[in-house]
Amino acid sequence: MTGIVIVSHCRKLAEGVVELARAVAPGAPLAAAGGLEDGGLGTSYEKIKAAIEEVCKEDGALVLMDMGSAVMTAEMVLEEAASEGLDVEMADCPLAEGAVVAAINSAAGQSKEQVKQAVEKTWEMRKL
Amino acid sequence: MACSEDLLAAVKAMAEVIEENKDWLTDLDRPIGDSDHGINMARGFKEVEKKCSGMEGKDAGTILKTVGMTLVSTVGGSAGPLYGTAFMKAGMALAGKTEFSMADILVAFDQAIAGVKQRGKSEAGEKTMLDAMIPALETMKQAEVQGKSRKEIFAEGVKAAWAGAQSTKDMIATKGRASYVGARGIGHQDPGATSFSLLLEAVSRSTKTGAGQVEMVLNAEMEEDSGR
Repeated sequence: MTGIVIVSHCRKLAEGVVELARAVAPGAPLAAAGGLEDGGLGTSYEKIKAAIEEVCKEDGALVLMDMGSAVMTAEMVLEEAASEGLDVEMADCPLAEGAVVAAINSAAGQSKEQVKQAVEKTWEMRKL
Repeated sequence: MACSEDLLAAVKAMAEVIEENKDWLTDLDRPIGDSDHGINMARGFKEVEKKCSGMEGKDAGTILKTVGMTLVSTVGGSAGPLYGTAFMKAGMALAGKTEFSMADILVAFDQAIAGVKQRGKSEAGEKTMLDAMIPALETMKQAEVQGKSRKEIFAEGVKAAWAGAQSTKDMIATKGRASYVGARGIGHQDPGATSFSLLLEAVSRSTKTGAGQVEMVLNAEMEEDSGR
């Protein structure tokens, strides 16, 4: 199954998004990388790296992130992960909606590319 | 020529200047950012400082890459990946060198700027650190062509960096947290352009040689240029 990593500036937000996605799709491999090592707000290279290593298995993994440094830090981790042969990439989406769609598609056995496509379609999901 | 020892002295000077100015940087970040630039930079450079003794005798590439990786791992905000990338790219340009010329330094600086542009998907004029970095490099390149001394080249670069930082007051941010503030950010100096100017100033002060008199005049001018 495609692994899913949720990156946020906030530990509680990342864990909450994982909790929500897990509730909708219990089988999906999800990992949260939120906040700094000390629990403060910010994005941690090490936490993102560890989360990727946790869920990136033979089917690869997608990283979903909030904004700003979360995107840039994830990008740097991915550069290192690629050099280590890990099959992981970022997906561009609204975080909560994307995570739910990713989890459902991953649990249904969709490939990383298929999950990514579904996730990036969440931009089209208008609420009102 | 400069050597690894000069570089380490510069790194230590950078750590010091950030610690000294962390409250100012955070104050600048309050109206347009997350109010954490000074705190984040100080946290990162404190870790960099701890690694200095372990970097003694290493080549410039290793030193700069270590600084970059440490900043990426510890800063926490956007400054982490941006400065981290800048130092790592500079490190790649100086890989394996224990001695390097002014031309080498300018190539490394050029690579650092390219790294920041790529990482931040940003260009000049967007109220970011690039608005201090780019004019500093351009000025330093010109000064080098004119055959000026290393001390003079750095001093002119610092002056251009501060002028660039000051110019961000009139800009509307289109990247990062400050872009959410939009036109309300006008009148506020960008914290990233400011921290870069401080770093370059620290490097400039740490470079040896140069007549004392010139140095004192330049230092007094720098205080004025910075808007502190």
